[in-house]
Amino acid sequence: MINRESGVFQTSYEGDMALYTLPLARNTTRVVVALLVLLPVPLIMANNEHLMSIATTIALAAIGAIGLNLLVGYTGQISIGQGAFMMVGGYTAAILSSRYGMPFWFGILAGGCTTALVGILFGIPSLRIKGLYLAIATLAAQLIIEWVINHVPWISGGAQSSIYVDNPALFGFEFNTEFRRYYLVLVVFLLAFFGAQNLVRSRIGRAFIAIRDRDIAAEIIGVNLFRYKLLAFAVSSFYAGVAGALWTYYLRIANYENFILAVSIEYLAMIIIGGLGSVLGAVFGAIFIKLFPIALDLTVVSISEGVFGVPYQDVANFLANMQLFLFGALIIFFLTVEPEGLARMWEHVKRYFRLWPYSY
Amino acid sequence: MQSCFATKWFGVAGVLVILVGAGGLLSADEIVVGGQCDRTGPTKFIGTLLCPGANDYIKLVNKKGGINGHTVRYIEVEHAYKVDRGVEAYERIKREGGVATVDYGTPIVYALTPRHMEDKIPGLTPGFGRADAADGERFPYIFPVAASYWSQAAAAMKFIKDQGAAAGSKVAYIYYDNPAGREPLGIFRRICEQEGYGCREFAVPPPGIEMAAAVLDITRRMRAEWVVSHLFGKAPAISIREFRKNGFPLNKVVSLVWGAGEMDMIAAGWKNAQGYLGMQFAGVGRDFPVLREIISMYEEEGQEVPEMVGQVYYNRGVFTAAIIVEGLRLAVENFGLPVTGEKVKMGYELITDFTLGGFLPPLSVTAQDHEGGGWVRIYETKGEDLVPHTEWFQGYRDVVLDELRKAAQE
Repeated sequence: MINRESGVFQTSYEGDMALYTLPLARNTTRVVVALLVLLPVPLIMANNEHLMSIATTIALAAIGAIGLNLLVGYTGQISIGQGAFMMVGGYTAAILSSRYGMPFWFGILAGGCTTALVGILFGIPSLRIKGLYLAIATLAAQLIIEWVINHVPWISGGAQSSIYVDNPALFGFEFNTEFRRYYLVLVVFLLAFFGAQNLVRSRIGRAFIAIRDRDIAAEIIGVNLFRYKLLAFAVSSFYAGVAGALWTYYLRIANYENFILAVSIEYLAMIIIGGLGSVLGAVFGAIFIKLFPIALDLTVVSISEGVFGVPYQDVANFLANMQLFLFGALIIFFLTVEPEGLARMWEHVKRYFRLWPYSY
Repeated sequence: MQSCFATKWFGVAGVLVILVGAGGLLSADEIVVGGQCDRTGPTKFIGTLLCPGANDYIKLVNKKGGINGHTVRYIEVEHAYKVDRGVEAYERIKREGGVATVDYGTPIVYALTPRHMEDKIPGLTPGFGRADAADGERFPYIFPVAASYWSQAAAAMKFIKDQGAAAGSKVAYIYYDNPAGREPLGIFRRICEQEGYGCREFAVPPPGIEMAAAVLDITRRMRAEWVVSHLFGKAPAISIREFRKNGFPLNKVVSLVWGAGEMDMIAAGWKNAQGYLGMQFAGVGRDFPVLREIISMYEEEGQEVPEMVGQVYYNRGVFTAAIIVEGLRLAVENFGLPVTGEKVKMGYELITDFTLGGFLPPLSVTAQDHEGGGWVRIYETKGEDLVPHTEWFQGYRDVVLDELRKAAQE
């Protein structure tokens, strides 16, 4: 069961091409997926919608972060427009569902596809500019999309720029509790995760990595830059659009203020902390950025009330700012210890145990 | 035999634990309510004043014996004005057994509206969120209670009319270009047309620090006689300075509620803000019975009374908490224990002519009108104080109600 590489021999092409060739990796993945699927069970028994909502938020963020990592981490095209792309997906889904009565799965797919098209459009500058210059071009995407959504009443649905949608439902099954909505998000998250893992080891993924490492060299070995750069934008935006549409169905409202510039930067932070160029890293990053502030808030409050007996309200200003301080310190700490992110840290752990107990 | 004994004792102990636990639950005469706050995000200058106001009022109520003998536990959750943290904050309050919440921030109110409906927990959204939530039949669990942006704009137009604006008067509306800023546009346009004013709108793009051109346009090209200003954050202070720089009389500028705090005057300089007219939905200053009680509470505890007591946003916090407590009181008195979200909702809807000793307008909330009438009062900046310029008043109620009807039909 815990065979290492040296003990595993593939006897068929299928076995060799599997996503996880090691039984250990396969089993770990199975266990993690099973745990994710079973996660709501204890929470349902405790009727704890609070923790469930946190888990759902993290899964939602992870989808967006994986998408951004495909573009920034794998293809090397910096984008500060993730929030805007999520906005496009969110509004597409809301318009389709609220005005045309489309089911949610169609809204999610259409949200992804529309956003992919918009992403291609804003990816065109990437053919001429790179690095920080491209970052500024995508910043323009953020501002332009935000402005358009805000000022075209047909899209925004009026001065309030918000469109309500009904609870998503499938064959009469309504996702009307926090637990049911978690499953909706979880399924999409798993598809997104394994989709990305497969994508990056395919021809397309290798082309992305070649472009990231040196675009001229990639072009010489036959990677069509035009095609693959735009494809990277399309795929990444598709993920963003799906995440945005899911946000809409999760909150049951599309509102651009969920996806402002600060959110785009938050997503960049996720993939940098999690690890550029790693699908798992994007997930780690999403967990870090979404979970830590809340966890800090919960612990700080309970320490202040439980240990020192000071009601939170009396020292709220200090504690609230203290959390920001701690959160910032944590980011610096993790990045100093391992600049390549949490995913690389996880690699270190795995490598250590690969030789354990005979490490030299 | 020995083991039998042990089993028995364990059994007894178990039963006792269960009994004590159940008793604890039953005798919990505590009522839990929760409020969100932003002490570290973009609106921290409001949050750090507003939230202590709410806390102090709840503390005062508990000190005076609570609500018919039941203490109120007020949970404050920080969300830094982020939507996902806002959802988390709401869920945490719900988890703690909160029967009523205060939602903080327009985008968060939008995101939480479906949850309030689903969970049947009434959300108080004073001065935030969508104006059409005033319609209690469409949004049964959302209570703006304070004047909505629609009512505020209508009241500003009424004030202008009372001050002598007539057909042909030039009125400028300068607004922050976000949903909250755009919300009153419909009302503004309609009243302009109705009264025959020459109106123009000026959008200030976020983050609202660049408006020299817009103000120049208003003062020099359009030569507006009146300005209705609806700005947030740093923008009001900047607008005051710009109007001042262009020699525009500030007593012709009427600001809606989020551009009328002491912070704005301090940032612009009190000297520069003289005459500026700001709209309020709660009283300003310390000269109210409820604030005197809070001050004496501080004094009894031997603490220094913070400077913020009596300031605009602090008082709005007191206002928010006062509405919650009044709703809870009516719920307990009319519908008994245990208090649930539905009872609090009905409690809110029983609020009639609630003024808290002149601190508030005569608020009356009904099942149809969750706004409480849309009362406001205009304060003028004089010296280093905000002094009342008008009495409590409502403006163009017919227009606002008609817009609500239209919104409901859509």
